[in-house]
Amino acid sequence: MKFLDYAPAPESQALLNLKSDYGLFIRGEFTAGRGTPFASINPATEEQIAMIATANQTDVDEAVAAARHAYDGVWSRLSGSDRGKYLFRIARLVQERARELAVAETLDNGKPIKETRDVDIPLVAAWFFYYAGWADKLDHAGAGPNPASLGVAAQVIPWNFPLMMLAWKIAPALAAGNTVVLKPAETTSLTALLFAEILQQADLPAGVVNIITGDGSTGQALVNHPGVNKVAFTGSTSVGRAIARSVAGTDKKLSLELGGKGANIVFDDAPIDQAVEGIVRGIFFNQGHVCCAGSRLLVQESIHDDVIDRLKRRMQTLRLGDPLDKNTDIGAINSAEQLARIRELSDLGQQEGAERWSADCVIPENGFWFAPTIFTNVTTSHRIARDEIFGPVLSVLTFRTPAEAIAKANNTPYGLSAGIWSDKGSRILAVADKLRAGVIWANTFNQFDPSSPFGGYKESGYGREGGRHGLAAYLKPAVRSGSRSIAAAEHAPVSKKSASASKKSASAEKAAK
Amino acid sequence: MTSSPLATYQPDQRALALIGGEATDANLRRYLHGIPGIDAVGLEARAADLGTRSIKTSSKRWAIDTIIGLIDLTTLEGADTPGKVRSLVAKALIPDPKDPGCPRVAAVCVYGDMVGDAVTALGSAHAAGGTDGVNVAAVATAFPSGRASLSVKLADVRDAVTAGADEIDMVIDRGAFLAGRFGQVYDEIVAVKEACRRADGTLAHLKVILETGELNTYDNVRRASWLAILAGGDFIKTSTGKVAPAATLPVTLSMLEVVRDWHRLTGVRIGVKPAGGIRTSKDAIKYLVTVAETVGEEWLTPHLFRFGASSLLNDVLLQRQKMTTGHYSGPDYVTID
Repeated sequence: MKFLDYAPAPESQALLNLKSDYGLFIRGEFTAGRGTPFASINPATEEQIAMIATANQTDVDEAVAAARHAYDGVWSRLSGSDRGKYLFRIARLVQERARELAVAETLDNGKPIKETRDVDIPLVAAWFFYYAGWADKLDHAGAGPNPASLGVAAQVIPWNFPLMMLAWKIAPALAAGNTVVLKPAETTSLTALLFAEILQQADLPAGVVNIITGDGSTGQALVNHPGVNKVAFTGSTSVGRAIARSVAGTDKKLSLELGGKGANIVFDDAPIDQAVEGIVRGIFFNQGHVCCAGSRLLVQESIHDDVIDRLKRRMQTLRLGDPLDKNTDIGAINSAEQLARIRELSDLGQQEGAERWSADCVIPENGFWFAPTIFTNVTTSHRIARDEIFGPVLSVLTFRTPAEAIAKANNTPYGLSAGIWSDKGSRILAVADKLRAGVIWANTFNQFDPSSPFGGYKESGYGREGGRHGLAAYLKPAVRSGSRSIAAAEHAPVSKKSASASKKSASAEKAAK
Repeated sequence: MTSSPLATYQPDQRALALIGGEATDANLRRYLHGIPGIDAVGLEARAADLGTRSIKTSSKRWAIDTIIGLIDLTTLEGADTPGKVRSLVAKALIPDPKDPGCPRVAAVCVYGDMVGDAVTALGSAHAAGGTDGVNVAAVATAFPSGRASLSVKLADVRDAVTAGADEIDMVIDRGAFLAGRFGQVYDEIVAVKEACRRADGTLAHLKVILETGELNTYDNVRRASWLAILAGGDFIKTSTGKVAPAATLPVTLSMLEVVRDWHRLTGVRIGVKPAGGIRTSKDAIKYLVTVAETVGEEWLTPHLFRFGASSLLNDVLLQRQKMTTGHYSGPDYVTID
């Protein structure tokens, strides 16, 4: 036998207790949606996992009303330390149910179990723990003493890290005192609905978090709803642009985390074996469905051949297949639609004259799969060097000097992430200083931590998530009686007490005029 | 003994070509410091990642038997006696008395003065250069510290080879290495290799112990690995087992990467032996995975990979019994050696 054909080691699905149909989670209860339900499928097998409800405009109205009611009645009146208690409770429940969540995420998304088990779910718990600690320390969040929450936050998240993106959105929003209506991506609603069960377990007051499912039109209805005070979106740049347009002219606060075309810069003095690992982690982690993926490899020309040779050898050891197998490195592409896009752009790369190479993989019969692929001889004018492919496809470019590396790295409409590989600390700092990217990793790639802010430049969006900076998206300076009061009164009243205070100050201002 | 032991060494011409001249400190420094560095965080993350491979059922069964066949069953105590060595040899030949199908270990590893006892105890089962049977490995060159004159070290090696050792586990002069006297380390390895020559002109297999716990950094481990291979070592070995930390997965991974690069460069396969600190089947399987995914599974043969261990064997035997019978036994169901 061949040792490297490791015997199957599938994770058990026994502890997963899925329902055949899932409703919307509004006011702490699951309710049927008024739109037409749709099937959520396992992208590795194309088998149906469950039927998911669609929220129509009326459902969205109800969800926003529930969030408003919970904000006015309960959540905005709780002390920070009490909000923190709920968040700690959620974090612990996520840990307790980690294995179940990991299996569900792998089934629904197609990503390998080793990633959901070792990265996604632990980070979800970490995010709630981190922001739980912030809930009673908001005076130090950078918005001045006694900052105020915004109100109802509408959050729309993508399919690449379904539960992790939920945590990135919900944890800071709740810590800052807002209530939430969240819409997961159409193809990956499942773990958000399991998370709703966790919220019930945690006894989170009804309506503080509402989860509505559906396609793009549901998301559109949500972000356009006049009753929301804050819109947070993670996803494609085109949708982000549409949201920015629709939110313009309203007083909704907006944060966008959009696409990227991250440059991974490898200098000739790099720790080469670790750099190869970092290149692999940068583009093949989560099948390349990562907005901050290192999808452009910029390698110094003098070591190009050696790096590519090592990279190809390493790629041959990547194991593509059943995402539930604990030894799988590369799982399934999330949807047929995404697979078609990856194929289209890859074919285009070939037509444009770049040299295509894929690792030898046995592609399973069913499901959506794409072998890890690299393109060499890529130039900056190739589409595959400019467009976000959002798949396991790497474009390799070369540079001669640090100045050229910086120029090429910055030559993109995006600006989310970059990586620098060098043994020379001063070079890393000097180059990092000149890169226009929100996140820069030195001698590593795709590392996430709740204490570290994350976000983009240019067409990669604005606003930061994570860390103290992540709270700024959900806070505003204290509402003081006097000058700022009209704007404050226009926002939905915070509570009876503060509403009357606002009224009073509004009339005071009128009198002053 | 010749008056100048170094006079007989024949450094490898290809190695000298790579170094770009004679094996002087300056030439070696230039070469060794030109090798790409190691990022410790990245190396350890990669090793940890390899450690998460899940080896089950048929793969585990194969791994367990392979591990037994790769063990250098070791006793290196001041209290070693002929009786102790005989007992070790018996265990090496029949690891599990209840199961005649259990494979033998690769070699027994003893101090130089116990080689004769080991050879006698092995009798017809002594491999003696053949592919069948069990080898005798001897630690030499003033093991474990290596703090003795070169002539004493070489005499130590010759004694062991004359007594019938098939393999010599030498230690490098860590002091010289850390002081930057790479030429001295190189020359000593070359001289020891020459001292491995038997009367019939064949050479005992040379394993070069780097004592990675004293080299401290991964960059040093990588340079010492290159140095040992350039000088003609057949195997690079992590540790004596007398210094903590002994073998670790990241250290072994970094040495495997050197071996892989040497093979890419020259087509020659060098062996790797992690020694000390590997006590459980679970750990040993992580090493098999690391070897297979770094240099390829053709390295999983006694000519190219060994475990230097003593207590590992019994844990592997317990796992083996569990896989055969379906339940765990206990320490009294495997023999102490």
